[in-house]
Amino acid sequence: MAYLRLRQLVKSYDGKSNAVDRVSIDVERGEFITLLGPSGSGKTTTLLMIAGFETPTSGGIELDGRNLVARKPYERNVGMVFQNYALFPHMTATNNVLFPLKMRGFPKHEIGARAEQMLGLVGLRRFADRYPRELSGGQQQRVALARGLVFNPDVLLLDEPLGALDKNLREQMQVELKRIHREVGITMIYVTHDQTEAMTMSDRIAVFCNGKLEQVGSPLDVYNRPANRFVGEFVGDSNFFAGRADPARPGWIQLSGLGPVRIAGDLPAGEVDVMIRPERLRLQRPDEGDGMDNLIDLIVDDTINYGDSVLVIGKTRGLPLRARLSSKDGAALGPGAALPLAWAPADAHVLARR
Amino acid sequence: MPAFRGAGLISRDSLTAWLLVAPAVVCVVVLFIVPIGYVLLLSVTDPTVSLDHYRRFFTVPLYANVMVNTFRTSLIVTLACLALGYPLAYVMARRDDALAVILLAAVGLSFWTGFVVRTYAWLIILGNKGPVAATYAFAGWGSPPQLLFTSFSSTLGMTHVLLPYMVLALYGVMRKIDPSYMRAAESLGARPFGAFRLVFLPLSLAGVVNGCVLVFTMCLGFYVTPILLGTPKDMMISQLISQQIEDLLAWGFASAIAVVLLACTLVLLGIYNRFAGLDRLWG
Ligand SMILES: Nc1ncnc2c1ncn2[C@@H]1O[C@H](COP(=O)(O)OP(=O)(O)OP(=O)(O)O)[C@@H](O)[C@H]1O
Ligand SMILES: [Mg+2]
Repeated sequence: MAYLRLRQLVKSYDGKSNAVDRVSIDVERGEFITLLGPSGSGKTTTLLMIAGFETPTSGGIELDGRNLVARKPYERNVGMVFQNYALFPHMTATNNVLFPLKMRGFPKHEIGARAEQMLGLVGLRRFADRYPRELSGGQQQRVALARGLVFNPDVLLLDEPLGALDKNLREQMQVELKRIHREVGITMIYVTHDQTEAMTMSDRIAVFCNGKLEQVGSPLDVYNRPANRFVGEFVGDSNFFAGRADPARPGWIQLSGLGPVRIAGDLPAGEVDVMIRPERLRLQRPDEGDGMDNLIDLIVDDTINYGDSVLVIGKTRGLPLRARLSSKDGAALGPGAALPLAWAPADAHVLARR
Repeated sequence: MPAFRGAGLISRDSLTAWLLVAPAVVCVVVLFIVPIGYVLLLSVTDPTVSLDHYRRFFTVPLYANVMVNTFRTSLIVTLACLALGYPLAYVMARRDDALAVILLAAVGLSFWTGFVVRTYAWLIILGNKGPVAATYAFAGWGSPPQLLFTSFSSTLGMTHVLLPYMVLALYGVMRKIDPSYMRAAESLGARPFGAFRLVFLPLSLAGVVNGCVLVFTMCLGFYVTPILLGTPKDMMISQLISQQIEDLLAWGFASAIAVVLLACTLVLLGIYNRFAGLDRLWG
C-alpha cells in the first residue's frame, strides 16, 4: 500500500467554494512528487493539510497506514520548508538546525553532530555561526532545507522553495535538491507553478486546477499524454485543433478548417481535440519522410529567438499555430513568410471532447 | 559643465533642506533649549551661586523618599502595563479578525482620549458616589475603603493612562513578526507554548524594551494624574516640584529637582538607545 495517501481530500475556507476539491493521491515511500498548478489552484492548501495547519473539510490523510488528520502539527513527523524560508532570525544557522532536534527530544549527545552533518550535506558548514540576515538567499534556502531534513521527517513538504531565487541559482538549487533527495531518500512533496522545474525534478507530477487534481503521472506521461486540454496547455507549449473522428475511417481525423489528417494509435469516436507540440512540427523537405506525414502551412506573424531554438508564431488557414524550429531553420524568417511544415501521425495526441 | 551644475544642485538642495528644518530648529531652541538652560541656570544661581540645592535634595531624607517613591511607582506602573498590555497586544497582532479590529479601535480611542478626562473618570469611579461605593452600600458592607487620594488610585490611574503607549509599542513590533515563524516552529516539533517562548517572545523583546522605557520615562515625570488621584504623603517628583514653586516660591530648589528628573530621563533614554538596535538587529 502506498506510503502517504490523500483520500478524497476537500477543503473549503468559506463553506461555499472548495479550495481543494476531492483530491486523491497515493505517494510512494521515497518518492519526489510535484504539485503543479496555476496560482490559487489549491497546492499550498493541500500541503497545509498534510502538515496539519489546516483541517480538511472532509476526506482523509494516511501516513504508513495511520490516520494523520486528528494530530497536531507537532505530533506529526512532517517537515516543511516555507517559500520565505521562515528561518528564526534570532538564531544562528546551527541553532536553527538544532531547534527541531531539541523540540523532538533527540538525545543531547548526538544533536550537535547531527546538525553539523546536515549543514555539511547542504554545503554550509562554513556558515554555521551566521545569522540568517548574514546569509544570501540561496544560503538561507539551504539552512531551511537542512532544518527541515535534520529530524528525519517521514515526509518533507516544500512550498515553492526556489521561488525567490534568480534563474541561475534556481537551476543550481534544483540540481542540489535532487542530489539531497537521492542521498537522504526522504519522501518529498514539492509545490511549484513552474512547469520546467516540475518536469526536470519530479518522479511524478500532480497537476492541479481550481482545487481539482487533473492528472497524476510521470513528467513524460503528463507532457506527451495530457489527460485533458488544461493539462496540455499548462504543461509546455501546445497547439490544439478541434476535430471529428469518424469510426468509418480509422486512422484519420477530420480537423475543422484544415481537412483530414493521419493519426496513429486508437482513436476515440466523435468530437475530439488534437494536440500537437510546437517542437513536433518540422520544416518539410521534399526528400524526407515516409510519405505518411501530415502537411501544414504556417504564415509567420512573429518569431522569438531563444538562441538554441526559434519559436515561430503564426497562422494556418486563419487558425493560430506555433512551431519550434532549430535556430538554423528559424533564422531570418520575417512576418508574412510562408513555411511548409510537416508532422508525423504519431506526433499528435488526441483527446475526446467532454 | 556637468560638474558645475552638479555643485549648484547640491547647494540648492541643502538650502531647501535648511529652509525645511528651520521652523523646527527655531521651535526647539526657543521652546526647549532656552527654558532648560534657564532652569539649569536657576538651579545653581537662585538665590545665590552654589550647589546647595542639589546637596539638599540628595541629603534630606524626605526628598530621597520622594525619589524612591517616584521610581517605585514608575516601576509598578511599567510592570502593570506590561502584564496587561502584552497579552492584549499579542491577541491584536496575531489575529486578523473582528476581535483584533475592535481591540485596536479600543486602544486607539483611549489613546486619543485626553488623559485628564480619563483621570477624572477615576475620580468618579472611586469616589463616594461612584459604582464602588454603591456596590458596598448595596451589599451592606458598610463604608468602602478609602480608594481615592491614595498611592493605589494614582498608580491605577497612571497604569490606565499609559497602557495604550505600552500596547502600541508592543503591537508595532509584534505585527512585524512573520506568522510563518510560528508555523515553522510547530512543524519542527514545538508545542504552541514552546513556539511562543523560544520564537515569539525573543522576537518581541524589542517591543518590550521600547514600551517599558516609554512608559517608565513618562511615568517619572507624570504630573496631572498623581496630583488629582494621589496623596501628598506619597509624593511623586513632579508633585514636589510643583509644591516648591506654588507653595514656597522656591524657584531655585524646584529647578534643581527638575534637572535631576531630566538627568534620570536622559540616562534611561541612553540605556534604551543601546537596546533600540535590537529589532533592527534581527529584523
Ligand atoms: N486562509 C485562507 N482563507 C480563505 N481562503 C483561502 C485561504 N488560503 C487560501 N485560500 C483560497 O484557497 C484557494 C487556493 O489557495 P492556495 O493558497 O492553496 O493556492 P496555491 O495553489 O498555493 O496558489 P499559489 O501558487 O498562488 O501559491 C485560493 O482561491 C485562495 O484564495
Ligand atoms: Mg501557494
